[in-house]
Amino acid sequence: MILARVVGTVVATRKDPRLEGKKLLILKPITPDRKDESNYVVAVDTVGAGFRETVLAVSGSSARMAEGCKDTPVDTAIIGIVDNIEMDD
Amino acid sequence: MYLGRVVGHVWATAKDENLKGQRLLVVQPLTPELKNTGKRLVCTDCTGAGAGEIVYYCGGKESSFPFLPAEVPTDRTIVGIVDSIHLKGRSLKGQTP
Amino acid sequence: MLIARVAGELTATVKHSSHEGRKLLLVQPLNLDGTDRGDAVVALDAVDAGVGDRVLLLTEGFGAMTAVGRPQSPIDMAVVAFLDRFDLLDTSSSETIRKRTAKATPKHNLNISTPE
Repeated sequence: MILARVVGTVVATRKDPRLEGKKLLILKPITPDRKDESNYVVAVDTVGAGFRETVLAVSGSSARMAEGCKDTPVDTAIIGIVDNIEMDD
Repeated sequence: MYLGRVVGHVWATAKDENLKGQRLLVVQPLTPELKNTGKRLVCTDCTGAGAGEIVYYCGGKESSFPFLPAEVPTDRTIVGIVDSIHLKGRSLKGQTP
Repeated sequence: MLIARVAGELTATVKHSSHEGRKLLLVQPLNLDGTDRGDAVVALDAVDAGVGDRVLLLTEGFGAMTAVGRPQSPIDMAVVAFLDRFDLLDTSSSETIRKRTAKATPKHNLNISTPE
């Protein structure tokens, strides 16, 4: 699982029918102290995440274990919205 | 999948039982302009590709699927031999001298 | 999934049987600022994309196989959507940067069949 920040949205009309009705968000992975990592990923949202929220995402075939993603062509899914991260110093 | 050129063979006598009979080829990854990129790697093959041919290979656990039901321990397999590449406004042939 | 640009097409006569009947695309993954992200890859097409199109590239095997309807086959990448637009909501200035990436109207109807 990765921690990430929602930085944008993707609009696609012509797509695999199994992706219809799914919200596509652009995520930037972050470190636990909330610094951006350099890469990004487009993920399917299953929990109603919004702009600027810190989220929990899964990638790989486990993404299709997420709600409503069974047998869909998905490689990253948002499966949680992070309320707080606590770290030992 | 990724583009590459077959640049060599690997022979190994002592290897995993399920790798027996598999051809092991050394592949140089290529850009679409057929320039070398990245490190060479060893691939299994399901197409019968030969030296110098431009191929495309699959990575990850999926690369063992062509050999099912045998469970071949591989993470790269050549899955196609490229005939031609069509980039914007020009075509490149697969075979190189 | 990554945002990517279709850089070219590829033909192959000798290939794994699961790849037959699907277009092979050379796809260049992109960064959010539109620059190239690493080297171009080969992906199977699930949405009838063409050269120059902005697309969504699925980079995980089982998802890619599902997209092209070929289970248990050596496929690790597939083009699963044709991008109309992507919006970057810049947090530092909280302004919306709207990037038009492609024509908003789809050119073709989807025709995805799942072979037996």
